[in-house]
Amino acid sequence: MTVTARPTVEHPAAQESPEAARHRDPVRWFVLAALVVLLLLLVGPLLVIAVNAVKSPADYAANGPLSLPGGLHLDGIVDFWNRVDFGQKLWNSFITSLTVAVLGVVLSILNAYALGIGRVRGRVWFLVFFLVANLLPQEVLVYPLYYISKEAGLYDSLLAVIIIFTVIQSAFGTYLLTSVYAEFPRELLDAAAVDGAGKWRTLWRVVVPVSGPTLAVLFTFFFIWTWNEFFLPLVFLVSNDNQTVPVALGVLQGDRMMDATTTSASALIGILPAILFFLLFQRTLTRGIAAGAIK
Amino acid sequence: MRGGGGGGGAPPPPRREGKGPGVAGRVVKNRGYAVYLIPGMLASLAVIVVPLVMTVYVSFTKWTGVGDPRWVGLENYTRLFGDTLFWSSFGNIALLVLAMAVIPTLLGLVLAAVLFDYVGKRFGDRWAGLFRSGYYLPQVIPVAVTGIIWSWILHPGYGALNRILEAAGLGGLAKNWLGDPDYALYSVMMVMIWFQIGYPVVMFMSGLSRIDPSLYEAADLDGATWWQRFRKITVYMIRPEFYVVLITTTIAALKIFGQVFVLTKGGPSNATLVPSYFAYKNFFEKAQVGYGSAISTVLTVLIVALAFAFLRLQHRSSSQDG
Repeated sequence: MTVTARPTVEHPAAQESPEAARHRDPVRWFVLAALVVLLLLLVGPLLVIAVNAVKSPADYAANGPLSLPGGLHLDGIVDFWNRVDFGQKLWNSFITSLTVAVLGVVLSILNAYALGIGRVRGRVWFLVFFLVANLLPQEVLVYPLYYISKEAGLYDSLLAVIIIFTVIQSAFGTYLLTSVYAEFPRELLDAAAVDGAGKWRTLWRVVVPVSGPTLAVLFTFFFIWTWNEFFLPLVFLVSNDNQTVPVALGVLQGDRMMDATTTSASALIGILPAILFFLLFQRTLTRGIAAGAIK
Repeated sequence: MRGGGGGGGAPPPPRREGKGPGVAGRVVKNRGYAVYLIPGMLASLAVIVVPLVMTVYVSFTKWTGVGDPRWVGLENYTRLFGDTLFWSSFGNIALLVLAMAVIPTLLGLVLAAVLFDYVGKRFGDRWAGLFRSGYYLPQVIPVAVTGIIWSWILHPGYGALNRILEAAGLGGLAKNWLGDPDYALYSVMMVMIWFQIGYPVVMFMSGLSRIDPSLYEAADLDGATWWQRFRKITVYMIRPEFYVVLITTTIAALKIFGQVFVLTKGGPSNATLVPSYFAYKNFFEKAQVGYGSAISTVLTVLIVALAFAFLRLQHRSSSQDG
């Protein structure tokens, strides 16, 4: 790292050599140390979980939670995986999140096309509606949804959860995407109209491709949010075969069979997919959070 | 119901093919878009409007979820306002707003400024980015899973925290963190700070990247200290992000359910009861659907009112910019 002349030249000695200056700037190292300590506090719990998830119960009993594992003991994870049929839970979560993300984006596109580009009459009120829909706590919807889905024979099915979250996520998507589409370049729309494209063709051939990056962000958000949802899936997915990952792990918490190592094993296999998505989507996410901040 | 093809289908017939897209044509062109709203509105009607209206209606009735609701007028609400559990659940929420909104926002502001303006410049952007990702990590983990992690760490018997304290010779400080009514809420608050802190850092750093570096250079030339630059430039310039973070985290705190469910189930002896869990218990454990509906209706009114107050405030502050 090359150090160019810095404005903070308090020590005359700092001019001797950049290397010396770096060592003599206590503030600099103090700040770095504080940031590292904070990082350890935030990431530490995850590391402790990872370490104990691969310990044998005997190792844990003898050495406690803070020692490094004596060997890689994967039985805890494997046992837990088999006992709760974790593969099935992963699949339930995946298929639900994926379907919601796709349908939610499509629904957001249709709404935002009418509101942002079409500027239909009363669009302000529609936007207020979607904003309020965004704010609603799920508790105020849950009982009627539970009741209706029982009447409709959709209770305890992934389909009910998919339908509900598609609508809830698209309320946010509509709100965000409408403000993006309100500034959509009119020339492109006019050009499409000159070429004789109808509104339907213009939407899919012009508007959607041009807004691709925003749609990717929405897709990512919807996927991760749905994956992480707990409250409604907890109410709706009661049978073992239908549970999603957070529900399966959440309801087992406090179970008599969950000893120290099994609990950390269960936490670890709950963390791993999240970290995988985080790494996969990291760029989209940071860009997306920035996009959300502007609107 | 479905989002996809069906409803939105039928492309409206192109109008007035002959005429070019003139000024008069523009008005006409804006017609025919309403049909694209139909699937979205039908779905919202089924999943949001009807349930919302039903909950508000049920809040004026006595209902076990079976048979017909019996109209009781304001009885649920008068009972609610006399219920000490209801008031303590809102008191707990006030402390959780502190832990989920106020503290992370203030801490995040300082952290973002330090990372962007100090670490980024003296150690390189890679370091700043590394810290940012690390701080954000707890945010990507499912809420229920963060609950499992912490109830394991805070477990009185085998939990890591008490073991650490013992190893450090501070065994006297070891506690039943989640099981003791005196400490349970503070423990939940700690967990929530841990969970939330990364969000404001990421938001504020993205806001800071918008600031023109020449502003800072000008401030340096004028001999401004770091603290002056922080107050006069950093904080001032990222007000939009500041409002967004404050409003979203406050609302998240009012809605909190998952962590409380997994960490404490509202206990011990209701020390960590929150409105959403209070409503859940009435719906699904006590079969007092009318009462549960009243709780969720009050919570909803509170959230919507707060959000609109925030939006007004934000609007006023941004129009003052001129």
